[in-house]
Amino acid sequence: MQVVLQKKRNFTKYIGKILLQGFLIIVAITQIYPLIWLTFFSLKDNSEIFSGDVAGLPQKFLWSNYTKALSDGHVLTYFFNSVLVTAVSIILVLILSSMTGYAITRMKWKLSGLTMTTILLGMMVPIHAALLPLFMVLKNLGLLNTYWALIIPYVAFGIPMAVFILGSFFNGIPRELEEAAVIDGCGIYKTFFFIVLPLVRPALSTVAIFTFLSCWNELMFAVTFINKASYQTLTVGMMSMVGTYITQWGIIGAGLMITTIPTIVIYLLLNKQVQKSMIAGAVKG
Amino acid sequence: MMNSVFSNKTAITIFVLPTLLIFCGIVLVPIFVSSYYSLLDWNGVGKGTFVGLNNYVEMFNDPRVLNSIKNSLLFAAASIFIQLPLSLLLALILASNVKGEGFYRTVYFIPVLISTVVIAQLWSKIYNADYGLLNSLLESIGLSHLAQDWLGQKHTALVASFIPTLWQYVGYHMLLMYAGAKSISNDIIEAAKIDGASRIRTVFSITLPLMRPILKVCLIFSVIGAFKVFDLIYVLTNGGPFFTTEVPSTLMYTTIFDTYRYGYGSAISVFIILECLVFTVIINKYFKTE
Repeated sequence: MQVVLQKKRNFTKYIGKILLQGFLIIVAITQIYPLIWLTFFSLKDNSEIFSGDVAGLPQKFLWSNYTKALSDGHVLTYFFNSVLVTAVSIILVLILSSMTGYAITRMKWKLSGLTMTTILLGMMVPIHAALLPLFMVLKNLGLLNTYWALIIPYVAFGIPMAVFILGSFFNGIPRELEEAAVIDGCGIYKTFFFIVLPLVRPALSTVAIFTFLSCWNELMFAVTFINKASYQTLTVGMMSMVGTYITQWGIIGAGLMITTIPTIVIYLLLNKQVQKSMIAGAVKG
Repeated sequence: MMNSVFSNKTAITIFVLPTLLIFCGIVLVPIFVSSYYSLLDWNGVGKGTFVGLNNYVEMFNDPRVLNSIKNSLLFAAASIFIQLPLSLLLALILASNVKGEGFYRTVYFIPVLISTVVIAQLWSKIYNADYGLLNSLLESIGLSHLAQDWLGQKHTALVASFIPTLWQYVGYHMLLMYAGAKSISNDIIEAAKIDGASRIRTVFSITLPLMRPILKVCLIFSVIGAFKVFDLIYVLTNGGPFFTTEVPSTLMYTTIFDTYRYGYGSAISVFIILECLVFTVIINKYFKTE
């Protein structure tokens, strides 16, 4: 009797496990299939996309879609602009917010608390609020259609989160390390750049990843502050490209893939770090 | 010596001043400028006329504004009642030491990383009436009578534009909730097991209450995300057809950059900030973590 019951229980458990895995797999397919489909149609020509088999593999892999998108569709230019704007923004965010985060959390001055509160307030501000005033300022300074028109706002809006993340890491460093450095004759700059900064490398990469994703994918500022094709980033460029190649899905698909691949590669390489940085961005509440 | 090093005024200034200048100049001051603009009747050329709160009065009598607010509230409701429960379910399953935990977590999260512009383009192809993936899938399983122009019709457009958001962010909320569930000490769960609590019971009486802080964060993110949604709608439908998918941010954008009503557009942007703030405060209040 006991044995039969046990067997029955094991059997239900087994079925349960299979059902659970089935559910997880279905969700996984839903999450990933649209992207696989995108990959497929980026390698097809119109006649194949618009004929019967919409969902399947391409009969012949049409890599020329990619070369067309890169050269005729200006995706190479957009790509270069995105890389430049994103890279400069990341570097500036890292430098500015690590210095400020350090001064606020580890140095002694009266207004440090107030400064921290002010900066953290920035995490609540939607970029909508700044759109028109920034547009006017950039217009008056003649900065529309320059890289700075994007870099400056991206850095400014990246600072709050970065200061928050880096600040909490600086707080975790034992005081003794800094004091030992000072006793050995380091000044504040040496202590910061050569002792403290290397210790928070994980936090720096977290901030870098976070800044990468928000700059690489940003649209509202990019579409407002830039209208010359030679300065457009991938997100905006992609929209004008869709307008040009409206019926040529293959080329559009290739452009979309070129926009997406860097992010996916970074994710697959730094999977754990990326997930950590997204969590770090959330646990400020 | 210690003190003089760590309260070195020059160093503090060098470390803080540039950040503070760029932050205040680009993030803080513009909010006040926007609030000021919102009191003007102004087309961006020359000086605007001061009209006090007229723009706000007009806003709350403008059916187009009210409609856009209604749409963003529907977005928020759909996120809360569809996206978050689904994310929670996935998070709890993955956190319970299921086989392939890491693999599923990685796969579910992929759409989060992709630019919304790409996602909107991709889904507009999926929804395409003639050659889209969705309609051909429906045909292949014998439901061809359901095939239609999903984004082009009034009664399907709003639902069709919500689904990509659901698809994109389900993995994000799942990851946050997963992290929350994983941070609960195993001892507590074991103790509940020893006391004879069933799995379901453990989830409701132990796991979920302990996940309150992260659930609050997810709630705030999804509500604010719904109020701020721009990229997706802008690329997918630009508010159409017949304003059925219009949200405050796309309306703000058209008001400013297409019809040149700078003051009125600014009033809408101020409204978006206030809306986000008010809901954050309300959620925080009703979701006290201590």
